[in-house]
Amino acid sequence: MDPKQLTTKERFAIPRQEMPTQKPDVRNKNFKEVNLGYSQEQAQQEALRCIQCKDPSCIKGCPVNIKIDQFVKLIADGAFLEAARKIKEDNVLPAICGRVCPQEDQCEKMCILTKKHKSVAIGNLERFAADYERETGNVKLPTVKAPTGKKVAVIGSGPAGLSCANDLIQLGHSVTVFEALHELGGVLVYGIPEFRLPKEIVKSEIEGLKKLGVEFITNAVAGRSVTVDELLKEEGFDAVFIGVGAGLPWFMGIPGENLLGVYSANEFLTRVNLMKSYKFPDNDTPVFNCKGKNVAVFGGGNTAMDAVRTAKRLGAEHAYIVYRRSEAEMPARLEEVHHAKEEGVEFLMLMSPLEFIGNEQQWLTGVKCLKMELGEPDESGRRRPVPIKDSEFILPIDMAVISIGNGSNPLIKQTTPDIEVSKKDTIVVDIDTMATSKDNVYAGGDIVTGGATVILAMGAGRTAAKAIHEKLMGIEGDE
Amino acid sequence: MMTFSLTKKAGRLPLSYEIGKQMHKIVSAIFLAENIKKIEIEAPRIAKKRKAGQFIMIRVGSTGERIPLTIADSDPEKGTITIIVQGMGKSTRELNSKQVGDTVSDIVGPLGTPSHIEKFGTAVSIGGGVGAAIAYPTAVALKEAGNYVITINGARSKDLVILENEMKTVSDEAYITTDDGSYGFHGFVTQKLQELIDSGKKIDYVLAIGPIPMMKAIAEVTRPYNIKTMVSLNPIMVDGTGMCGGCRVTVDNQIKFACVDGPEFDAHQVDFKNLTDRNKVYLPEEKQSAEAFAHKCNLQ
Ligand SMILES: Cc1cc2nc3c(=O)[nH]c(=O)nc-3n(C[C@H](O)[C@H](O)[C@H](O)COP(=O)(O)OP(=O)(O)OC[C@H]3O[C@@H](n4cnc5c(N)ncnc54)[C@H](O)[C@@H]3O)c2cc1C
Ligand SMILES: Cc1cc2nc3c(=O)[nH]c(=O)nc-3n(C[C@H](O)[C@H](O)[C@H](O)COP(=O)(O)OP(=O)(O)OC[C@H]3O[C@@H](n4cnc5c(N)ncnc54)[C@H](O)[C@@H]3O)c2cc1C
Ligand code: SF4
Ligand code: SF4
Ligand code: FES
Repeated sequence: MDPKQLTTKERFAIPRQEMPTQKPDVRNKNFKEVNLGYSQEQAQQEALRCIQCKDPSCIKGCPVNIKIDQFVKLIADGAFLEAARKIKEDNVLPAICGRVCPQEDQCEKMCILTKKHKSVAIGNLERFAADYERETGNVKLPTVKAPTGKKVAVIGSGPAGLSCANDLIQLGHSVTVFEALHELGGVLVYGIPEFRLPKEIVKSEIEGLKKLGVEFITNAVAGRSVTVDELLKEEGFDAVFIGVGAGLPWFMGIPGENLLGVYSANEFLTRVNLMKSYKFPDNDTPVFNCKGKNVAVFGGGNTAMDAVRTAKRLGAEHAYIVYRRSEAEMPARLEEVHHAKEEGVEFLMLMSPLEFIGNEQQWLTGVKCLKMELGEPDESGRRRPVPIKDSEFILPIDMAVISIGNGSNPLIKQTTPDIEVSKKDTIVVDIDTMATSKDNVYAGGDIVTGGATVILAMGAGRTAAKAIHEKLMGIEGDE
Repeated sequence: MMTFSLTKKAGRLPLSYEIGKQMHKIVSAIFLAENIKKIEIEAPRIAKKRKAGQFIMIRVGSTGERIPLTIADSDPEKGTITIIVQGMGKSTRELNSKQVGDTVSDIVGPLGTPSHIEKFGTAVSIGGGVGAAIAYPTAVALKEAGNYVITINGARSKDLVILENEMKTVSDEAYITTDDGSYGFHGFVTQKLQELIDSGKKIDYVLAIGPIPMMKAIAEVTRPYNIKTMVSLNPIMVDGTGMCGGCRVTVDNQIKFACVDGPEFDAHQVDFKNLTDRNKVYLPEEKQSAEAFAHKCNLQ
């Protein structure tokens, strides 16, 4: 049967291919990747489900407008490398986005099949193509334009910084990335755990950039090691891109948050992912010993899911998600919620923490919570949780992880006062160019939007790269 | 290998060399007292930029933890910084086992808010134990700002006294105290400070750095006289850049991140008990690490 000859009806008849995974009761004890990836047959089957719309609505759902219909067709035709390259025209980190994009809210939400059937598994296919290219060793380095003699500094090596560096180097500029930590990758490395995004993948993307000539300087904190003004005035950079992320963990402001055993999600995940404390004592950094203990994670986003599943893997007896609203309002990717449940994570919805309680040695022993019910919708359209009278109770826990979001790190603001920031301390930019209020300084990613997504950060990095290029080369912009 | 002459005449060094130096070489290492080592190490950019009161995060080896250490001194011409390290557990002992020519994996800095320096009048800088190493650079800065500087350098006994000469050089009055009376004033730094206050000296500013109980006691000495008193806090840190919140301390009933808001805070507002408690969180793990390291050393 020639696949191209399939009728629409026949395409509808193919079931959405399930992502093979490690078994829940096996994977909740290891840090290896949960999703195993499609086989070639599965990928082709899944790709055949796409009816190749004339005006593909899926593309409008993708923040960087990947030519989804085209790459999916290439997979259906077995042209996997070509598919990967097609994706890379618009997305420089497909192996990563295929894994971590909230597809159900983006490309897959807009897929025409979503209404009556299940959407095409665009994310899984994107991952497949990118993995195929990488694993077969066929990653083709893009060509780099002749040197322009211009120097750009990129601050932060998260998805925003990496994608900005990628575009700029290809345009012939010299690019130096400054990273505060001792490892590159931003949240992709210190936040998102290995079981969801293997660090090898991030590494190989960064290796690719190094081969193109991007220079990386780790242990360089902008604002401390070097300031934005020094980069521009003393170090000879023609432009600076700031992609420092949203890296200042919020606490809840309730009593007992400084008890022993209470962590921010950033601290817990950084200890485990970046410092590899799950390998303690072979690695020196310790982390709370979760074995046989009760752990509660407060929040409902991807970070909360990562933290709770990490605690489970470290041996927690009970690993709870405690969330103020109901499951429908949780911002986490559906797949993560589903995986967490399979792994034995317990979801306590409509519950608001009032106070952490500790023993004499100041170790956490429990959290006093209040039960909530859903009331009227608030400004965001989500139904507001309202407390149920006299419903207080104490949940016994030994460790708590607070995962209610991040604000902006103050270092750049303090040392570069002429960059305009909002009330929330995010950097204010012109959204068409990502230009800040300071000449030749651009910004993008979580430092502009507040905690958002990998693909949005990446898109912002690319927008900025284009604008920086036009500015440096004296090219008139689109407008 | 690229080589650079580390002198000013050689002109600017590439940024990648200055900041991103991967393996930092130790150029001198001597024990000042038992278990306390003074290490001079290459870190050109930090040497140029650092101000009194700032620290670095250092990772000794590729599986090491990131630990904070104060920059005790620097030589911008030579491109080196000096740290003074007390062997406490695994990481500090491993660092103290390093010799000239050895390297450490990562150094990042200068971190933290520099000490607030102004002409207060009479400023007393108090260092307890290895705290003297942390108090020293600030004492230098206070002197440079035109203060009448008194230093009180406390140790348990004579052989644990460090930086005696350095302190003398920057001080208008320098005192040593020992708990056992084997050298200098017999007693605690608090008693010496009280004595100075009782003698009618007008003290405008006190900086105290050392073990938490000492800093707390100093705060209580100066509180009745309303003397502005700062302490440098030593919570457990991970990144040192304000990203994790692990270093949070309670000051004036508010959460502060010691690595960006501090490490120096108003002693009269600090919740010392909370800091003491929080620093105990990894006691069993620290013991396990230290024992494994001691065992490894014995085998070698
Ligand atoms: C645990 C977790 C899970 C997530 N899961 C998902 C998911 O499944 N899907 C999804 O789409 N999004 C997810 N996100 C959100 C996503 O990771 C972020 O939106 C994205 O990483 C933002 O990219 P960025 O480049 O703006 O910043 P970051 O990734 O935060 O990178 C910023 C980098 O800048 C460095 N830096 C900071 N300050 C300085 C300085 N002064 N000097 C030099 N360097 C500095 C930081 O160390 C960091 O490496 C998750 C976030 C977290 C924390
Ligand atoms: C801003 C600051 C400046 C400092 N300056 C100096 C200095 O100049 N010289 C010096 O000798 N010491 C200094 N310290 C203390 C030093 O960082 C700790 O002694 C060291 O981290 C202990 O590590 P370890 O593995 O040897 O000991 P461990 O056995 O791990 O711990 C011993 C004690 O050190 C503390 N500690 C452990 N891990 C950390 C960590 N990651 N961060 C901070 N504290 C930790 C804990 O209170 C612990 O009980 C400073 C601390 C801070 C916060
Ligand atoms: S980048 Fe994300 S939104 Fe775009 S097609 Fe891929 S998975 Fe979908
Ligand atoms: S909307 Fe769905 S079916 Fe249509 S082209 Fe896109 S992926 Fe294919
Ligand atoms: S050490 Fe992580 S915020 Fe201070």
